[in-house]
Amino acid sequence: MHPNDGRATAATARPILALHGISKAFGAVQALRDVSLELWAGEVVALLGDNGAGKSTLVKILAGVYSPDAGAIEINGQPVSITSPADSRRHGLAIIYQDLALCENLDVVANLFLGRAEGRLLLAEESMERQSWALLRSLSAKIPSVRTPVASLSGGQRQTVAIARSLLGDPPIFVLDEPTAALGGAQTAEVLKMIRQLRDRGHGVIVITHNLADVRAVADRAVVLFLGRNNGIFDVREVPPETIVAAITGLNGHAKGQPAEASAGASTP
Amino acid sequence: MKAPTRPSPLEALDTTDERLVLRRGALGSLANALARIRSGDIGTLPIIVGIVLVWALFGILNPVFVSSTNLGNLLVQSASEGIIALGIVLVLLVGEIDLSVGSMAGVGSSILGVGFVVHGWPLSATVAVVLAAGAVVGLAYGLVFIHFQVPSFVITMAGLLALLGLQLVLVGQTGSINIPFSSSIVRFMEKDVLPHLVSYVAAAAIAAGYAGVSWARARRRARAALSSRSVASILVPSVALLAGLEFACWYVNRAGGVSDAFVVFAALVAVMDFLLRRTHWGRAVYAVGGSREAARRAGINVTAVYLSVFLLCAMFASLGGMFLAGWLGASSTEAGTGNVNLDAIAAAVIGGTSLFGGRGSAYSALLGVAVIQSIANGLDLLNLSSAQQFMITGGVLLIAVIVDSISQRARRAHGRA
Ligand SMILES: Nc1ncnc2c1ncn2[C@@H]1O[C@H](COP(=O)(O)OP(=O)(O)O)[C@@H](O)[C@H]1O
Ligand SMILES: [Mg+2]
Repeated sequence: MHPNDGRATAATARPILALHGISKAFGAVQALRDVSLELWAGEVVALLGDNGAGKSTLVKILAGVYSPDAGAIEINGQPVSITSPADSRRHGLAIIYQDLALCENLDVVANLFLGRAEGRLLLAEESMERQSWALLRSLSAKIPSVRTPVASLSGGQRQTVAIARSLLGDPPIFVLDEPTAALGGAQTAEVLKMIRQLRDRGHGVIVITHNLADVRAVADRAVVLFLGRNNGIFDVREVPPETIVAAITGLNGHAKGQPAEASAGASTP
Repeated sequence: MKAPTRPSPLEALDTTDERLVLRRGALGSLANALARIRSGDIGTLPIIVGIVLVWALFGILNPVFVSSTNLGNLLVQSASEGIIALGIVLVLLVGEIDLSVGSMAGVGSSILGVGFVVHGWPLSATVAVVLAAGAVVGLAYGLVFIHFQVPSFVITMAGLLALLGLQLVLVGQTGSINIPFSSSIVRFMEKDVLPHLVSYVAAAAIAAGYAGVSWARARRRARAALSSRSVASILVPSVALLAGLEFACWYVNRAGGVSDAFVVFAALVAVMDFLLRRTHWGRAVYAVGGSREAARRAGINVTAVYLSVFLLCAMFASLGGMFLAGWLGASSTEAGTGNVNLDAIAAAVIGGTSLFGGRGSAYSALLGVAVIQSIANGLDLLNLSSAQQFMITGGVLLIAVIVDSISQRARRAHGRA
């Protein structure tokens, strides 16, 4: 599946990713209740919500780390079940976690190819190292050596490795959990630029963030969760930030299980 | 228009970052090595220094220690403990432990006594049964570990007791089963050595193999426009390796010769090193040891990695037990008890495998067991009691752990934690 294949064809009539009525409980904690979300090719959706709203849980469901108690996931209109990280990747989802999930003892090449190392019987080290350099250079990334352990890299360099890693299979869908949370100004701008690049190449991107400035900078639509429920879908360009803040804090009166689409800017790109 | 120029060797793909400090040539390699050591990336240096110190010390205290006969004996003595330590290296690499390798070796030794001696099974069948027993135990550990999330040291401690019981049942009535001196297993452990010519050819083959593999790798890297080792920087260590191995063979051949049992152990180390460094399985082992969660999310089959590692560790332990029985000429209730367990773990750690997972290599079994057995052997020659041996070995283990922790601190200070 190539991200550009379906652009401007009939395939655009369907979202590349759709969640319907997703619920997930951890014991007594209902982390997600009847959550729906759509993602179209070539758009950036910001997933917003206060701490504990269920954003990371939703990401882990997409990643195949948790399985939902109820609900359906569709990729390009086809219902799929994602029961393992391998499933998730096979369906074209690239997940970049808050904690980056790198192996500090391994070098950059091994981390970039973690779980998908090349070579039939033996590891194809040279091919992987070559691709690593090409990939890092295409992101204008500054990594002194791809053969040093990731433990010796700075925070921004690690974030770059994590994003570069997810780019390797050229997946159509990207999900980034708080990619800018730990970064300073210049590095944040760098990451946001990378996200725009992904959108312009026709990928669909879901970005989790706390930062409304980031949302205005890159997102087309904002999907808000409040206490595990949908609490509004907004067209970022048309809706004032105060409306989105109200939805995040639950002050917009829709929190009590009302169908969230009612408040949406009803937008598809 | 200018024709595209081929990248000169100085512009290899991986050396173009302006912040890289490039050092070239033989002096450059030396400078690189020193810089790495300062930043805590000490590799096998402390252990090599340790072996040299131990040998020098015992050689001065009792010249018999460095005689051909004694060093030949040292090779045989290292085989069984080394094979057990090799299994420990694997579980340590994923950040787990198997405390029952001594008892597993005891069970392996008992099965050998009961099957091979008492019931007269053929040796090949006995070996198969012993390895199968190890596989079953290792698989059981792995399954309990994965499904009930019990720490491995608890599971294997329970296993230690259960296996000790099994060992008593197997050889219980008599307490010991003597293995005839004429039997193949005892001959293998006590007498069989490489014919001299074969040992020299094998040493040359190892050095040639090292040079060939390094050269092929340099070719592949050059073809991929990556920096690669120069012919000289491959030849120098290859010739040094050749000279060292040939000298060692000649020295040991003056007396008994190179024990077959040791050759088997060394070959197992080489095979495991290859599997760990060059295969997908090995990469997965290091990944799980570095971060189990990252490995799982990346789609690595973490369950299979844990199962394979516990399985191999117990199988190596059972194999080591057979070697132990052959060497002692008996399967007794004593086999595998006492210091076998802790010596194997100490050997792996002294050899440079981290207790915390993700760092180490198969060769740490070889190097670590060389230190442990040299100390045991040297202290024997000095007629020290086993009480003193225990205390000294404990002290050496402590030093190894302290060296590891100091180098870890240096790594952290240099951002290589
Ligand atoms: N593995 C878990 N076990 C129990 N509770 C969990 C688990 N993961 C998340 N939760 C709970 O689910 C809720 C949503 O958490 P999370 O998805 O991490 O929120 P967010 O990422 O939006 O801050 C929280 O109340 C959290 O405590
Ligand atoms: Mg979160």
